[in-house]
Amino acid sequence: MKTCWFHLMPYRFLPENFENDFRSVWVDVPHSLYDGRKVHGLYNEFLDELEHAERCGFDGLCVNEHHQNAYGLMPSPNLMAAALTRRTSKAALVVLGNSLALYNPPVRVAEEFAMLDTMSGGRLVAGFPVGTSMDTNFGYGVNPATLRDRYYEAHDLVMQAWTRPETFAFNGKYTQLRYVNIWPKPLQEPHPPVWIPGGGSLETWEWTARLNYVYCYLSYYGYKRGKATMDGFWQALERLGVDDNPYRAGFLQLVCVSETDESAEREYFEHVHYFYQRCLHVWEGFAEAPGYRTLKTLQAGVRPQVGDQARKVRQSLDWKKYVDEGYIIAGSPATVREQLADCVRKLRVGHLMVLLQIGSMPKELVFKNTELFGKDVLPYLRDTWKGYEDHWWPSGAGNGDAA
Amino acid sequence: MAFGRRQWGRRLTPREQVVPIRAGAVRFRVLTAGSGPDLVWFHSFHDRSAWPPVLEQLALRFTVHAPYHPGVQGSEGVEAVDDVVDLALAYDELMDALGLASAHLGGHFFGGMVAAEVASIFRGRAKKVVLVSPLGLWLDDKPVADVVILPPADLRAVLWKDPESRAAREWATLPVTEEENVAAQIEQIQRLSAMGKFVWPIPDKGLKKRLHRLSAPALILWGEADRANPPAYAREFARLIRGAAVRTMPGGHMLHLEYPDAVAGAAANFLSS
Repeated sequence: MKTCWFHLMPYRFLPENFENDFRSVWVDVPHSLYDGRKVHGLYNEFLDELEHAERCGFDGLCVNEHHQNAYGLMPSPNLMAAALTRRTSKAALVVLGNSLALYNPPVRVAEEFAMLDTMSGGRLVAGFPVGTSMDTNFGYGVNPATLRDRYYEAHDLVMQAWTRPETFAFNGKYTQLRYVNIWPKPLQEPHPPVWIPGGGSLETWEWTARLNYVYCYLSYYGYKRGKATMDGFWQALERLGVDDNPYRAGFLQLVCVSETDESAEREYFEHVHYFYQRCLHVWEGFAEAPGYRTLKTLQAGVRPQVGDQARKVRQSLDWKKYVDEGYIIAGSPATVREQLADCVRKLRVGHLMVLLQIGSMPKELVFKNTELFGKDVLPYLRDTWKGYEDHWWPSGAGNGDAA
Repeated sequence: MAFGRRQWGRRLTPREQVVPIRAGAVRFRVLTAGSGPDLVWFHSFHDRSAWPPVLEQLALRFTVHAPYHPGVQGSEGVEAVDDVVDLALAYDELMDALGLASAHLGGHFFGGMVAAEVASIFRGRAKKVVLVSPLGLWLDDKPVADVVILPPADLRAVLWKDPESRAAREWATLPVTEEENVAAQIEQIQRLSAMGKFVWPIPDKGLKKRLHRLSAPALILWGEADRANPPAYAREFARLIRGAAVRTMPGGHMLHLEYPDAVAGAAANFLSS
C-alpha cells in the first residue's frame, strides 16, 4: 500500500469566537483576521512539514487547490509542488489537484502539470477535482449550471494536449483553440497517472472507471461514514466489469499518533476541534450553489460536507465522538495501526492519504505526529495489498511496495 | 378599472400544453387561460408556480400565456440554451409556435428581465410591456440581493414587505410528508439553478446596452419596500427605456404575490389604455 502525506495548509490563527462572530471561513472571511507576516511563517512551516514527511518514509506528498478561505491557504497547489520538486527526490507529488473549469484556457493545466512532471523527474500525480462550490461558483464565479460541462470539456482538452503527437485544433463549447501544441509535454508516458477526488456521485464513479483513473474520496467524516461511499464505488466497478484492484481507490483519513491514547487526546484535541469547528464553518448560502450538484446526485440524497446540516453534526462533537465515530483515528501507535489496518481493508484502499497536520497544529506537533506515524505505523501497512500491482503510481517516484 | 376579489370564488384552471422548439431540444410547458388580447407573462426565481393569483385577475381581461422557463417544472432543455440572448431567441421561437405574432409582455424580476430582453431584441413582438421589479442591471453601490443563494430564513426577510403576512407564510410553507418535502426542495434547487444560469454571478448581461431599443410603451412597477431589488433600479430602468412610466406602490419585492389586486389593476389599466 502507498501512504501519502496530505497538507491542507490551514490558517492557524482564527479567533476563539470565530463561529459565532463571523459567518463563513470561505468566500467572504474578513481580512481583519489575516496576518501576512504570520502566513509567511506558515508557508515555510508547511513546506518543512511536507519535506519532513518524505524523510519519514511517506510515499507521496499531497497538495490541493482552494480559493478565498482560511481553511486552506493554497490557491495554487502547483506553486507548492514546484517548491517540493527541488527539495524532495523520491516522493510522488500528488497534486489533488487543479480544478479544471477554473483555468482559461485549460491548456494552462496541461502546461503546468507537464512542467511539474518534468522538473520532478516523472513524480507527478495529476489530480482533477471539480472543486467545491465555494471555490468554483463563488470564488471564481463559474456558472453552476455549466461547471461540470466545462470540467469535462477541459479534461478532454488537457488529455489531448498531453497525448496527441501533432498540433491540433480544439473546437469546444467553452474553449476554442486553433493550434494546440504545448511545450513541454509530461515526462511520463503517455501521461502522469490521473486521480479524481470526488464526493460520491454515481456519474463520477462510472466516468473514473471508464477512463481507468484512481477515484479518491476526500472526506472529513472518517472511515466509518466513508465506508458507504467506497462500497458504492466498488459496486459501480463490479457492474461495469472492472477489476477490484485496491489501487483504483484513494481515501483521506485524519490521524493523530502519540505515545498513549490519553496523551493523544491531551496533545491533539484543541487542534482537531479547531479544524472541525472553525475550518469547516461555511455559511449555508455558500455551501452549494443551486446547480452545483446534478439532479441525479440530489435525488440520491448526497448532502454537502459543509453548511447548516453539517454544522449541527459538527457542533455536537467532543474527543470521544471524534474517535468513536471515526472522524479521526487517534491514539498510541498500536491503536492507530489496528484501526487504520481495519479502515484500509474494509474500504479496499490502495492509496491511503493521511492528514497529520490538522487545524491549528503547530510544527513541532506535526513533526512528532509524522515521525511516530512513519516509524510505528506506516511500515506495518505497506504489505496490505501484496500481490496487487499499482498501475497508478508515477514512474519516477520511489515504489515503496517493491522495496 | 380596479379589480375586486373574484366574487364567485372559483379558480381558473389554465390549459396546459407542451410546446417543442428547436426540433425538441427545448420543450416549453405553457399555461394559458382567459380571453382578450394576448399577454405573455414570465415568472421568476421564487414563484412556486408560473400561474400566481395575479394572473387569475389578468385572465379576466387578457388571454394570458405563462411559460415555465427551460429547466423548471416540466419545461426541458436548459442545457441547450446558452445565455440570456439565446433565451430571448428561444422565446421568439415559442411565440411563433404559439401563433403569437405580437403580444403584451410582462413579468416579475427574472421574468421582467426576460420580457425586457425579448422586447428589446425583437421589437415587433411587444405591444406593451409591464415590468415588475425587473432584474438585469447592476449598480455597484446598490447591489441586487443574492436571492438565488440566500438560506430560507434570510430569504423570507428580503423578499416580503411583511414576512409574517399571509402570502409570505403560505409561500414559505413546505409539504409535511418527507417525500413531498424532499421533492419540493429539489424542485426549488432546479428552479433556481435553471434561471441562475442566465444571470450568474452578476445579472448585468448586456441589457443596459439593449434597453434603448425597447420601443413598446412600458410600465415599471416597484414595491417601495423592495429589499431584494432596491428602488434605485426603477430609476435606472426608467432612464434607459425611453418614455417608460414608473409606479412605486406599497409592497416588497414579491409585490405581485403580496398585492395581486393592485398589480393586476395597474397592469390592466396600462395595457388597456
